[in-house]
Amino acid sequence: MKVSYKWLKKYLDLNLPAKDLAEKIERTAVEVDSVTVAEDGLKKLVVGHILSMTKHPESDHLHICQVDVGEDEPLQIVCGAPNVAADQKVIVALPNSRIGGNVKIKRSKMRGVESQGMICALDEIGFSKDVVPKEWADGIYVFDDDVPVGEPIYKYLGMDDPIIDLDVTPNRGDMLSILGTVHDLAAIYDQKPTIKKPVVDEDNSLDANQVIQATADEKLAKTYKLRVVEGVKVAPSPSWLQIVLWNAGIRPINNVVDVTNYILLKYGQPLHSFDKDKINGNIQVRMAAKGEKLTTLDEDKHELTTDDIVIADNDKPIALAGVMGGFNTQIDESTTNVVIESAIFDSFRIRKAAQRHNLHTEASQRFERGINPDGVQDAVDEAVSMIKELAGGKIAKGTVTATEYHPELPTIFTTAERTNHVLGTSFTTEEIKNIFDRLGFSSEAHEDGLNVTIPARRWDIFRDADLNEEVARIYGYDNLPATLPTGRQSIGILTPTQKLQRASRTALEGLGLTQAISYSLTTAEKAKMFMMRKSFETKLLWPMTQDHSVLRMNMLSGLLDDVAYNHAHKVNDVALYESGRVFYKDSAEQIRPEEVEHMAGVITGNFTSPLWNNHVQPIDFFQLKGIVNQFLLNLGVKGDIEYTATDQYPEMHPGRTANISIHGHYIGFLGQIHPRIAKKFKIKETYGFDLNMQELIDLPKDDDQYKPISKYPSIKRDISLVVDQDVTNDQIMQVMNKRGGAFLNNVRLFDVYEGENVSDGKKSMAYSLTYVDPRETLKDEVVNKAFEKIKKRLTADLNAEIR
Amino acid sequence: MSLRDQLTEIKEKGLADIEQTNDLKKLNDIRVHLLGKKGPITAALRGIKDLTPEERPEVGSYANKIRDAITVAVADQRQKLEDAALDAKLASEKIDVTMPGKPVAQGQPHVIQQIIDQIVDLFLGMGYEVLSGPEVEEDKYNFEMMNLPKNHPARDMQDTFYISKEILMRTQTSPMQARALEKHDFSKGPLKMISPGIVYRRDTDDPTHSHQFHQVEGLFIDEHVTMADLKGTLITMAQNIFGNKFDIRLRPSYFPFTEPSVEVDVTCFNCMGKGCDVCKHTGWIEVLGAGMVHPNVLDMAGVDSKKYGGFAFGVGPDRFAMLKYGVDDIRDFYLDDVRFLNQFSKRGN
Repeated sequence: MKVSYKWLKKYLDLNLPAKDLAEKIERTAVEVDSVTVAEDGLKKLVVGHILSMTKHPESDHLHICQVDVGEDEPLQIVCGAPNVAADQKVIVALPNSRIGGNVKIKRSKMRGVESQGMICALDEIGFSKDVVPKEWADGIYVFDDDVPVGEPIYKYLGMDDPIIDLDVTPNRGDMLSILGTVHDLAAIYDQKPTIKKPVVDEDNSLDANQVIQATADEKLAKTYKLRVVEGVKVAPSPSWLQIVLWNAGIRPINNVVDVTNYILLKYGQPLHSFDKDKINGNIQVRMAAKGEKLTTLDEDKHELTTDDIVIADNDKPIALAGVMGGFNTQIDESTTNVVIESAIFDSFRIRKAAQRHNLHTEASQRFERGINPDGVQDAVDEAVSMIKELAGGKIAKGTVTATEYHPELPTIFTTAERTNHVLGTSFTTEEIKNIFDRLGFSSEAHEDGLNVTIPARRWDIFRDADLNEEVARIYGYDNLPATLPTGRQSIGILTPTQKLQRASRTALEGLGLTQAISYSLTTAEKAKMFMMRKSFETKLLWPMTQDHSVLRMNMLSGLLDDVAYNHAHKVNDVALYESGRVFYKDSAEQIRPEEVEHMAGVITGNFTSPLWNNHVQPIDFFQLKGIVNQFLLNLGVKGDIEYTATDQYPEMHPGRTANISIHGHYIGFLGQIHPRIAKKFKIKETYGFDLNMQELIDLPKDDDQYKPISKYPSIKRDISLVVDQDVTNDQIMQVMNKRGGAFLNNVRLFDVYEGENVSDGKKSMAYSLTYVDPRETLKDEVVNKAFEKIKKRLTADLNAEIR
Repeated sequence: MSLRDQLTEIKEKGLADIEQTNDLKKLNDIRVHLLGKKGPITAALRGIKDLTPEERPEVGSYANKIRDAITVAVADQRQKLEDAALDAKLASEKIDVTMPGKPVAQGQPHVIQQIIDQIVDLFLGMGYEVLSGPEVEEDKYNFEMMNLPKNHPARDMQDTFYISKEILMRTQTSPMQARALEKHDFSKGPLKMISPGIVYRRDTDDPTHSHQFHQVEGLFIDEHVTMADLKGTLITMAQNIFGNKFDIRLRPSYFPFTEPSVEVDVTCFNCMGKGCDVCKHTGWIEVLGAGMVHPNVLDMAGVDSKKYGGFAFGVGPDRFAMLKYGVDDIRDFYLDDVRFLNQFSKRGN
């Protein structure tokens, strides 16, 4: 709502800069988007009088004007506007002036003729084209005759008026009007403005109820009123009214429509004017019928739905109620008899209609947020009086009332003690009563508190919490004390799950991965990559883009998007992890997905940047496996971590991917992203893992248990064996661990070799075995015996050749 | 020449030889030669039998002294030579210590995570518990129980991604208020919780909008919690996250689930309150919304609003991070450019 400071000053004694007033409003009532003065930034624009005009010899549309700008000599200005004419009073941009868009105007020559400035159209001096009246839309603006020549133009166009743009919250619909704003400012500044009730000069020879009848469903329009003015002469409005409207961002149309918009601004009550002679019969407020159509005033055609409220005459809709009038009954130059509608339409239905037809108008905005039920009659009364004043004619006696609603004013009981209990203040009853007085809420002492009666114009207030807010804001939030809560104590501590999640993030960061946060909503294709279980997808009903339309069922695809973004920006080394949720559905019918915590990571390029001796560490499967394995060890999940080769994921390299399980529980996988998928994402060789973090959280953990370290020396034995290619490290380890004897403490693979001296289809693997006895010094014979046993088993079970 | 003089001569010559030697092997040869069985001292001592019994012990003792002196001199010289050798080795080992160290892989928490952790840690210290809730939420919790019935105009303030008529991507962490209120047993103590998480809005991504961002909800309900307590709590938060020089101010606002509702501004980071383009010359920047929990919210969750009340607030860690570090495009948080992420590596901020 664009509020004119000058208009406010008609009601209130405000002697402070508009900026300070705006600040006060922002601190006490609603947010302020901006304070603007249209003339700011403009320079040397004056009223000029075109003394004479001749055609430009070298042009068929330019004219040479001699313009009196209040100086000794007139200026010669070349003008190309189609409506320029001698004897007009116009906007002149003098040489070295500044017009809209920070454009500087200099003396110049136009096709050989000197031009000492420029005659301006409204949009050239900063007006939005949306508010320029039609008559001035395609040419220069012409002032009324009484405007003095040579004077700066600003005050004659309302450009000196500071406009405070209020960003009104949904609860403060009352502030979408000048009077509502005046009431609030009156409370803030403790003033008592005089607001006159309109007096209507009715013509007793004409009875409105004889001219037209109206019916309305109370559910659609709680109040529905019409007044009639006959014999008007439609013409452009006087400039003061045009100024009020364009400063509020509304385009002036004519003296009837402009009055209705003026009343909308003043009262917050949208009105609509119909050409009475275009209405066939009587008026009815009803739901639109299926298939009905309406062309609105903006000449857009709308297919109506049975959820739209319409105003209809005997045979057709003539307005989309509360949103916009119909083209078929609009006021035009030939209109003589008008019907003015003042009503309260159902806010929910208006909101939906505005959304449905994408028509968010000044009217619909106000109906959505509520209307002062006690202002409906005043608004239409003042409207018809103004129409009579500006357009002539006679006001028919009486108001045609289809429905009427006056709510019982709510009375709320409150006490100083309760207010203080919530606000932490120490008001007396007298002090809060004083605040209610300033707000214009009447209050009466009752028991230990006050019965406060809320006027109809503040329909947002209906319980004591609402009153607390009024007290707090008028008193001022700055004056509120700042304390920390006292009272019952509580302990703040992370749950074991939260601790584990934190620890797992720290662990991965320590292992070299940086935390990423990617999008949970992705494409349908990416959502179902790298699936760890069967799941149906969860789709948005109305996504903004297909890129973010389905909830992810894996974490890896988002991280691959991140890798792609980095690669696209020439960052080749990427090591990221992400802690987040994936969304699973067990059936197509299931609506709400299960949310499962996952932990995923990707690495690509070099794991660390190359050293000066060119030592680099390009990543591979085992780099990632080392990270994942250390991460899992850090979590302390009870049981052995097992890695099993798998080709079950179509998006993973079939020969370089392993499923991970702990103590038999499948928890995820790691491996190389399938080159085909990498190509699709436009990324280089990349390795990744995706783990079900929830499972890791839920699995039992190893308690920290102390085991004494053996004080006796250990004995090492190395073994080198040649086995078939398809024998795995895991198989060998199993044999050794199972058959290693009581003192085998550790087995470490230290060499793998294929090639010369190893026959085709075979490989050589070397292990270092450590034996320890915690109770005494091991004897060589004991170790030798155990070692021989392992050799024998390896030969027998795996056909190994011991070297 | 007396035997004693012979020994003195051996000693003097020996010591001179030792001192002149600059080779460990030669030094050892000298030691072996002087002190060995075939050495000059042994040879000289053969003449001891010609001495009188009175003279013998004296000369014997003198010979021992000489042996000791030589041993010490050898040890000293060896030390000297070894030190010199080590010095020479060290001199040859000199490196350019200004060359870079070997890179070690070290990851960082995401900047938004850092902000969330700071907030969480602060409130843990004040006795709050941390709760997390579903990102796919019921309309009931996201809106209805937050005092936003189906046809409430304020629903238009938050464009929503719907999954079905009743299921949606939560637009705020506020549904955690309703969920916590429903569960909490007030006989056990006050309800003090914060709930960080991801929220979603049906927005087109641009520098100031993201369809996915974060919120941290805060809620404190007990028998006597005041708006002054809210103000004090928010000042504590602002000063802990941003610094002691920061102040806050409250402005009236509207949230259906709080009454009174306030927007909270914090001293402008850029100008520290003097007024600049960043804060539109007000000296303040809006950082969060808060208020006293609406009685309807309490009642709907089965909490007696006549007995209990308190405050709630909602913080945007994305916005905090943007303000704190001057990040001007919210999308940077979700693109995960490692060059961007690794800038925020200072711990303990």
